[in-house]
Amino acid sequence: MTAETSPANGERISLLRVLGPGHVWALGVGIVLVGEYMGWNFAVGKGGAIAALIACWFAGLLYTCVAMIDSEVTSTVAAAGGQYAQAKHIVGPLMAFNVGLYLVFAYTMLEAANAITLGHLVQTVGAMAGFENTNDKPFIVLTIMFLAWLNYRGVYTTLTFSLVITAFAFISICVLFFAVQPWSDVYIQHDQMLTGLPYGWLGVLAALHFGMWFYLGIEGTTQAAEEVRSPARALPLGTMTGIITLLIAATMTWYICSGLMPWEYLGQSVTPLFDAARLTNSTLLMVLLFIGTIFSALASANCCINDASRAWFSMGRDHYLPQVFGAVHPKYRTPYRAIVFLVPVALVFAYFAPLDRVITFSILSGLLEYTFMAFSVILFRKKWPLGSIKRGYVHPFHPLPAVMLLVLCAATYFAVFLGYGTQLIAMMVFYIVASLWFALHRYKYVRRGEQFAMPWPKPVGY
Amino acid sequence: MAKAPYRPPVQSQIGQIFDTLFLLALVLASLFAPVYLGLAGSGKTTVELSDTSWAGMKQNATMQAQWEKLGYTDGTEAKDGRQPASKLIATRFDYNFSFVELAASALVVVAYFFIVFYWSKKEYREVIDERFGNSE
Repeated sequence: MTAETSPANGERISLLRVLGPGHVWALGVGIVLVGEYMGWNFAVGKGGAIAALIACWFAGLLYTCVAMIDSEVTSTVAAAGGQYAQAKHIVGPLMAFNVGLYLVFAYTMLEAANAITLGHLVQTVGAMAGFENTNDKPFIVLTIMFLAWLNYRGVYTTLTFSLVITAFAFISICVLFFAVQPWSDVYIQHDQMLTGLPYGWLGVLAALHFGMWFYLGIEGTTQAAEEVRSPARALPLGTMTGIITLLIAATMTWYICSGLMPWEYLGQSVTPLFDAARLTNSTLLMVLLFIGTIFSALASANCCINDASRAWFSMGRDHYLPQVFGAVHPKYRTPYRAIVFLVPVALVFAYFAPLDRVITFSILSGLLEYTFMAFSVILFRKKWPLGSIKRGYVHPFHPLPAVMLLVLCAATYFAVFLGYGTQLIAMMVFYIVASLWFALHRYKYVRRGEQFAMPWPKPVGY
Repeated sequence: MAKAPYRPPVQSQIGQIFDTLFLLALVLASLFAPVYLGLAGSGKTTVELSDTSWAGMKQNATMQAQWEKLGYTDGTEAKDGRQPASKLIATRFDYNFSFVELAASALVVVAYFFIVFYWSKKEYREVIDERFGNSE
């Protein structure tokens, strides 16, 4: 199906179909599992531990709506770029350009956040081991450069690597959970640690901002649609097992951390699970969670480079961006120019910006994407009513999930506004200027009819 | 009657380099610079703590033990290599906001989506006309 002309030699080179359900699981969970190791706990800082748990549930509801909507649309539009390809077919080029950017920046900022976490952890452990002058910056740069090189070399090696280290990171959380004996109060003391709602119910709403971090990025499994051997089987299987894995990991993580640490500390910690291991006084657990944190950050950054570069590649291939980015490496069959271009973007944020702000940029891009999805599915059903085209899955109770998703997105915009309002505006300025650039300049390079590749009838109303 | 396909111009190498640099500059100017210069970020404040003993900071005995295991102490100064917990405990979010700011932010988000969907609809019509032929 999909092929690409490499400007280097003029041959048509396609992405390799080598991935199975395990790789799809690793791609989804690999991106998101680091959310248990860092970032989710900023929700505790915004509203307290109980607020973070409530936010986790509401964010879970938001992602249930996303999963329902995405399952219907993805099972019908299975192409590289995921939601970007969906936007091209359902809404139009400018929206597709924006969705492509949402994907790129959600993943690139997450990649930067992973590098920051890894650097901070090495610095912390270095200081604990007596190396007071350990600097996090070289480790940040090395992480991004190494993973970009790995992605440059090939997707199969990259995602197999992610599969192994993601599994290890998940098992580490399970081991910590049982090691702290959740059935007793030897370590976990919720009755002493939980202090109600320090900011009241407004704090619960504010916590929704970082509550999304428990799940953000799971929809990235659709990015690999053109590289999966059997998309109809592997994509839903990998995504569903991924969501189950995350639900289990999120529950265990909240339970461990909120029962071990005062909320004021937990809400500002960079590596909460590693800190939880420190509080057990077990060297073995500390080593395990150190490796788990490093592995989860590496797996997430690795998958983020994979997903962001494929979205950037797809836009280059369609000339939404300069067509040099639409090239596939003649030997490694990877979107190598897209991978290389995004390296300095990730580096500059990882090197200079604070973790909570980098995470907020990632969350905002995700939030804009989910808002688009709610409108998109309504248009999808209107333009191609049920029965007019073959759908792999039809989600029930339409349009209730879309309306609920919009309401939850609106609440999350308000949550971001509480405390991070200026960043919300900065992000909107970026997307508005980028949209003007595309509509007034870039769109003239785009072939019109080729934007619609699905074998569907003409949409209703056109 | 089917519409004649639109033939886009071929962009020169220099044009592609210029577009690439523009995108990089846009990311740096609109996302990185506000954060780096402190113009955009979290609305955290530091509250005044009149009593920085563990009890005065509303930390019970269990919490105190965990703070100490994590390398923190009470008071406002570092002791024996331990950092004061009061700095973390005093850091709070300030959720006071003006409704004008909230309305302006909401308007920006709503206007952005409205314009993107409206413009996309115009472009989408060109796509459909070329793909399926203009039925008018």
